[in-house]
Amino acid sequence: MATAITQPDAQPIERENYLNKHYGVWSWLLTTDHKRIALLYLMSITFFFFIGGFFALLIRLELLTPTGDLVQADTYNKLFTQHGQVMVFFFLIPSIPAVLGNFLVPMMVGAKDLAFPRINLLSWYLYIIGGIMMLHCMLTGGVDTGWTFYVPFSTAFSNTKVIEAGLAIFVVGFSSILTGLNFIVTIHRMRAPGMTWGRLPLFIWAHYATSVIQILGTPVIAITLVLVVAERALHLGIFDPKLGGDPLLFQHLFWFYSHPAVYIMILPSMGVVTEIIACFSRKRIFGYHFVALSSIAIAVFGFLVWAHHMFVAGISIYAALVFSILSYAVAVPSAVKVFNWTATLYKGSIHYDAPMLYAFGFLGLFTIGGLTGLFLACLGVDMHVHDTYFVIAHFHYIMVGGAVMGYLGGMHFWWPKISGKLYPEGWARLAALIVFIGFNLTFFPQFLLGYMGMPRRYFQYPAEFQVLNVLSTAGATVLGVGYLLPMIYFLWSMRYGKPAPDNPWNAAGLEWKTASPPPTFNFDEEPVVTWEAYNYDELDSEHKQEVPVVG
Amino acid sequence: MFDNFPLWPQRASTMAGNVDALYIFLIIVCGLMTLLVFTAVIYFAARYRYRQGVPAEQIEGSIPLEVTWSVIPLGVFMVIFLWGAVVFFQSRTPPRDATEVYVVAKQWMWKLEHAEGQREINELHVPVGRDVKLIMTSQDVIHSFFVPAFRMKQDVVPGRYTVAWFRATKPGTYHLFCTQYCGTQHSGMIGDVVVMEPAQYEAWMSGAPTGPLSAAGEKIFAELGCATCHRSDGTGRGPNLHGVFGKPVALEDGRTVTADENYLRECILTPGDKRVKGFQPIMPPFQGLVSEEQVNALVAYVKSLSPSTQPGAATTSAAVVAPQASGKASPKATEGSQGN
Amino acid sequence: MSDSTVAVQGETHNPALLHHFATEEQQRNASSFGMWIFLGTEVMFFGGLFCAYLIYRGWYFGDFAAASKSINAALGGTNTAVLICSSLTVVLAIWAAQTSRRALMLAMLVLTMLFGLAFLGIKGIEYRDKFVEHHVPGPSFSFEHEEIPSHPGEYANPRHAEIFFALYFIMTGLHALHMVVGLGIFSWLLWAAWKGRFTPEYHTPLEIGGLYWHFVDIVWIYLFPLLYLIDRHR
Repeated sequence: MATAITQPDAQPIERENYLNKHYGVWSWLLTTDHKRIALLYLMSITFFFFIGGFFALLIRLELLTPTGDLVQADTYNKLFTQHGQVMVFFFLIPSIPAVLGNFLVPMMVGAKDLAFPRINLLSWYLYIIGGIMMLHCMLTGGVDTGWTFYVPFSTAFSNTKVIEAGLAIFVVGFSSILTGLNFIVTIHRMRAPGMTWGRLPLFIWAHYATSVIQILGTPVIAITLVLVVAERALHLGIFDPKLGGDPLLFQHLFWFYSHPAVYIMILPSMGVVTEIIACFSRKRIFGYHFVALSSIAIAVFGFLVWAHHMFVAGISIYAALVFSILSYAVAVPSAVKVFNWTATLYKGSIHYDAPMLYAFGFLGLFTIGGLTGLFLACLGVDMHVHDTYFVIAHFHYIMVGGAVMGYLGGMHFWWPKISGKLYPEGWARLAALIVFIGFNLTFFPQFLLGYMGMPRRYFQYPAEFQVLNVLSTAGATVLGVGYLLPMIYFLWSMRYGKPAPDNPWNAAGLEWKTASPPPTFNFDEEPVVTWEAYNYDELDSEHKQEVPVVG
Repeated sequence: MFDNFPLWPQRASTMAGNVDALYIFLIIVCGLMTLLVFTAVIYFAARYRYRQGVPAEQIEGSIPLEVTWSVIPLGVFMVIFLWGAVVFFQSRTPPRDATEVYVVAKQWMWKLEHAEGQREINELHVPVGRDVKLIMTSQDVIHSFFVPAFRMKQDVVPGRYTVAWFRATKPGTYHLFCTQYCGTQHSGMIGDVVVMEPAQYEAWMSGAPTGPLSAAGEKIFAELGCATCHRSDGTGRGPNLHGVFGKPVALEDGRTVTADENYLRECILTPGDKRVKGFQPIMPPFQGLVSEEQVNALVAYVKSLSPSTQPGAATTSAAVVAPQASGKASPKATEGSQGN
Repeated sequence: MSDSTVAVQGETHNPALLHHFATEEQQRNASSFGMWIFLGTEVMFFGGLFCAYLIYRGWYFGDFAAASKSINAALGGTNTAVLICSSLTVVLAIWAAQTSRRALMLAMLVLTMLFGLAFLGIKGIEYRDKFVEHHVPGPSFSFEHEEIPSHPGEYANPRHAEIFFALYFIMTGLHALHMVVGLGIFSWLLWAAWKGRFTPEYHTPLEIGGLYWHFVDIVWIYLFPLLYLIDRHR
């Protein structure tokens, strides 16, 4: 094993790397290599993504007509509940951190692995245990409370498997906590010599902020679910008004996590997009420190705005005023990020490779998603659009338009590093376009539906809403194709793709200074950092004569 | 114009115009911001696309720019916030002499009871131009009362009253939706709000089978024996309820609360929690012994003992001035205690 | 904390130094920092419960006081003393490791575990009492005609008292679960100490295990007055 890093000059194709070093199922299931765990996560979350996507497709098909004709009302309620639970807890929250973050955080800071490799593996097993519980719950009847588990419906009235779903999410929550813990310790304690905080890639800053939310927010949802499960199982009265409890307390506790959870989904995506924009503009990111600090600001303010989900729930006017104004405070750092990305493009040398197309898509969709958030934070408008399709459209623009665009962009950007193969660029650009068009066709009509008053979670609806719903369903099928394509050509490229050079994009960052795919301990020798982040001027002057390999 | 394909909800209350104006303002502001970002991105992407031999120009950043694009949006956000707060405040502050309708939500229907005594299910008849205050509670799970044409929504929570109000401006039939997911037939928990001309409404009203709700409450009050302690001459073992509603009440534990609908409700169901100063804890709790409708009737009765808020008075509606968009709404928040 | 397949990298270093750390100091810092972060998570975990507790205590103070009076403060106080003593023995065990006193280290670890078991035993007695008195929330719960302290003639609302007991059982139950986990950790530490793993240079597992134990103690230090001592002074 000590010989793992003794042939740095061998041909890339024969070189020993983390993929070919060991073979066999156990070498994967018992691995403590962060890169292999990232791939385990990649497979698991892709599986859940397609389950959640399948539910979404059924939901959209049901809403094609105003009457409920495809499935029963109860089935529909389970579909949207489990679509939400699967997508939020089993796909979006682990997506970028557990896959790209797991793969890249140690490499970007110049470490051989995360600080606690076995805890990292444990987190994947917790995810799998939670996932199996969730699948079991789905296959034996499912749950119909909505992903929000609102009491007293979930504790006293639903006849479905609330306890099992709650426990599944409880378990998977700890997987998220352990990932965050690992990242924080790694970023603090494992940086290579010379890798100061001011030299960290902004991807790392974004993951740092994400991890703070994961370790401080997730335990609150965990304990809230414990209370829900206990209340349902033992008929306690903590949230039940009939027994003296307060159903709004549940909402406070739930949103205390679940609002910051949105930032768990979007912050890593912002980190990815920052890396992509810098690389394909060949520029240092504009206002590095402001982009870094805005991530932290989002994490901090994100904890102070939860009750903006409850403006019409029965909280006092004055509480609503406070939470409304704080919600605007959290919008500022997001705006700062968008302006800085835009400014980075200025006087750049912009390439249109697939990752950059996804980053452009992210910019567009996140801008719309973020600005429609202003409508919801605005008390006077929220009392009309709350719990309508306006909300659905808004958070899909953030969580699908934003987070998933960033995730796909990142997967394309780092795929050569992860797999050692190049993906087919033409197909990738096509897929980016299809996703962008399909997404807007699916979700833009929902803004209109929402303002017209169509409530969310409706299995049948008045006929005047049909035209927009048909448009939305049509868009969803386009979007589905857009999501299938990358999976197909990524798989294809693993076998037939051209071998990737170590740094196909000529990108900055330590992860590009090692082999593709990297050796098990990431670097042949411990890197010493003597340059600032995003030193594209130096990179471009070094490689002026070389012919670009891609793009 | 778009009978089968409307793109804007109908506007049928005094609030609707205010909310729409704010919404349109937001669309304009956010549209401009979107346009700004998109134009910049597209222009930069095209203008600075990769050209052989033209390197990118490295720019470190600019603190003045960062400050500018933090402070200007924040200023715009504050304008939006203030405007939104004003609209919200109006829609949360029911006018004093509004006609009252008690709403009881249950899986999966709306039961509505006018102060005058009419009962309806999944249908609410109201006259044009009169303030209507909804005093709502739920028998089971959380529901939400939403009338898109009125731009009005309020969750209906079990175990307490939540309050909403509107003033219809246009006769017609409008959707009433439940917007808080409440189980199997959530999407079937819809009804109609029928807005009528005052004359028609009076005609509809005159078909009332029973007396006013407060009279029903008086009957229950007598049947449950409340009157033995709550005497009107102040000699009973319980507080005199005449003139209590809307007034501050000193409690045994030293606090002072306003006797609003929620307080009356709590006093009936769990009298021990907020006992009036100077009285013994002898009243039995009625939690589980009276239905939501009976509680509503009792509350309506106690309110009728405080003449200024007598619901009957509200039938002469023309005197009531509805708050306008400019923000001169009366700041009296009678439902302020609904959240805890 | 070593893994045989990866520890080979360590060559001449301490066998406990994992491959991906550059120095022992880095490894020690990472481990204890990781435990502190984990404790941050735990604070939020219990924080949600404390938040719920404080809200209901504010609303239903009299009922909570009456319910609190029915639990045995003497047993709770004993448990507090037991846990404080166990924290002392943890510290002594670490000191013994630092100063190469093997016998003392082993004795203190055993003593810590005995204190932990004593705590759980006393907790068990309390739970049994509550069960006998029908104070366990659920169908057989009963809390009729219990006077509110210092309000003669006023009886606690059983529904509100039930909320107190629900929170009591969930909070102390989760705390006890943490104690059980702590006992597991200390069993492993004892085994490792027996095997001679800990030296004055390397005893990080003892330190981070100790951090965890102290944290669980501190949670109890908050639980005890909040649950047992509401309005006792009157």
